[in-house]
Amino acid sequence: MVETALTDLMYGFSVAFEPHNIMWCFLGVLVGNMVGVLPGMGPVATISILLPLTFGMKPVAAILMLAGVYYGSQYGGAICSILLNLPCHPPHAVTCLDGYPLTKMGKGGTALGVTVISSFVGASWGITEMIFLAPLLVSVALKFGPAEVCSLMLLGLLAGSTLARGSPLKGITMTVLGLTIGIVGADIETGTPRLTFGLMELYDGVEIVALALGVFGIAEFMRSINQDIKLDMRYANVRMRDMWPSREDLKKSIAPMFRGTLIGSLCALIPGTGPTIASFVSYATEKKISRNPEKFGTGVIGGVACPEASTHSSVQGDFIPTMSLGIPGDTTMALLLGALIIQGIVPGPQLISQHPDIFWGLIASFWIGNILLVVLNVPMIGLWVKLLAVPYKYLYPSALFFVCIGVYGANNDMFQVGLTIFIGIFGYILLLLDFHPAPILLGFVLGPRFEENFRRAMLISRGDIFVFVKHPISAVFVGLSALLILLQVYLWLRRLKWPMRLPQAAATPSQAE
Amino acid sequence: MRPRESRSFPHKSQNNVRRLFSLKRDYYAGALMMLLGLITAHEGSNYPMGTLYQMGPGYFPIALGILLIFLGALIALTAIGSTVEEQEFSMPKPEWRGWACIIAGPVLFIVLGRSTGMLPATFACVFVAALGDRETTLKGALVLSTVVTIFGVLLFHYLLQLPMPVLTWSGQW
Repeated sequence: MVETALTDLMYGFSVAFEPHNIMWCFLGVLVGNMVGVLPGMGPVATISILLPLTFGMKPVAAILMLAGVYYGSQYGGAICSILLNLPCHPPHAVTCLDGYPLTKMGKGGTALGVTVISSFVGASWGITEMIFLAPLLVSVALKFGPAEVCSLMLLGLLAGSTLARGSPLKGITMTVLGLTIGIVGADIETGTPRLTFGLMELYDGVEIVALALGVFGIAEFMRSINQDIKLDMRYANVRMRDMWPSREDLKKSIAPMFRGTLIGSLCALIPGTGPTIASFVSYATEKKISRNPEKFGTGVIGGVACPEASTHSSVQGDFIPTMSLGIPGDTTMALLLGALIIQGIVPGPQLISQHPDIFWGLIASFWIGNILLVVLNVPMIGLWVKLLAVPYKYLYPSALFFVCIGVYGANNDMFQVGLTIFIGIFGYILLLLDFHPAPILLGFVLGPRFEENFRRAMLISRGDIFVFVKHPISAVFVGLSALLILLQVYLWLRRLKWPMRLPQAAATPSQAE
Repeated sequence: MRPRESRSFPHKSQNNVRRLFSLKRDYYAGALMMLLGLITAHEGSNYPMGTLYQMGPGYFPIALGILLIFLGALIALTAIGSTVEEQEFSMPKPEWRGWACIIAGPVLFIVLGRSTGMLPATFACVFVAALGDRETTLKGALVLSTVVTIFGVLLFHYLLQLPMPVLTWSGQW
């Protein structure tokens, strides 16, 4: 098995090293790193803006670039957290706790250096995990019938909406809303236009870019405008030679780095627990097993190494369920899946065998991209630090233009731009009502496939709804889903009994994810 | 007694009002979802529903609509038991100027994009959106929108060849 994996990987490298593919990969990580650094821009909005530009590209190049934006932005996000104490990107919120004190002590460069090393270690492990685990998952998933696919999607959707941030009940509601938006347009079997409210333009459905940019673009701008986030640039003078950690610092961060990597790679396997949860869990664990936990928060180098390693191993691991099962774990993965669907590629277990160039090329590009990122981040740190100072008042109007032209470019259709505005206003209302809109995109992407498989399962079983518990594999998924819901009910009841406020996670001024 | 009462009363009622208002956030959230569910289910009932064996196009919308109504009711109901602090209505200070400019930018992009082409549309969109920030000066907005327009036209028209005319007059708004 190792041998086939290595042969396939070599093939992947031959794909990823094709000049145009390597160019797109570089462009992706560069843009990703840039938006990661810029406070107020997130990978989701960026990928949505870039998505229409990829329509004319080959699928491999498109997916390499969009994926590059995602993991590239993780490198950039750490800079923002450590130097400015700005948790612009949720996975890096916890890095602020020890990263910023280190910066104030004048060791910001060291913290960044350790971050780059931890990130690379974490990412490498995540990629290795994907190489061996994804084919294994696929060999199981290929035996799935419509009933199994359906219950697996149900589990994925439930996990994605209950384990993410915010109230689980509201998360589920957002998923259902996403499913509903997903069925707008012509019915696949009969062609009946559904939920179009008489608008011809909605016949082809809501454009994924319009939905993503409405919710994560316009709504986000409406929330962030005139919020005056104070940028404290006093300590943000970091040059390349400050970045080499001393031998002692390195020694102190190795163990947390590996523990973080492990936690991240485990979190990646549970759908719905993306990098954000991984970084919080690993920081908490690190604090718990430390001999002097009281020092955490005052600038412990291990408190930077562990969450960063776990973020990156989880970011890479996130691709496993997406690419092997076709079930995205979070918003970004849902977008990437949407990109594949637009390219005419059916996501699911058959992807690896039908499009080995995409799968193995993507994995190989992860290595290349991560090495490029290390190269980008060490010598060019001064440039990234300068980017930190770009004020929001210049950022959002430019981004708004990219939103407009991006949505227009998706279909050369101004109607979708109007729809984006509408969704943006609606999305802002949802934000005000304390909904976390991320699961909408999950439901939206999975909706049509869920319905299709559900209908097929019903057809095969002659309308027997219990088919989902009669098939053993499907029954396991349904059982796990039921367990998830029961767990949430239990947690809710317990909170009612002992009303206590959970310690709020570090406040995030923008939840660009 | 009387002066004391009059002193404490407004305070208390203010508290009560605040409390009611605070609690309302999840009532609104639930109501909104129930409304959306109702619309979905109603629209779904226009299409043939079919049976579970052979589901028609109406089956899923109706099911999702009912689910949304149920979840909306659940959100509103669970809000009754929660404490006030949990339900603090975090309505930010209204940013009418910012909101209006953020909406007006894309609207102008649509209108001008259809009638006059990419160049005026881009310029107007960025310029108006930039005015939403209180600190932006007229000059700053002008410079920003000029830069973005040049960059945008070069990138999208010449490099990516988006089929949208740079400058035109279609005669229709």
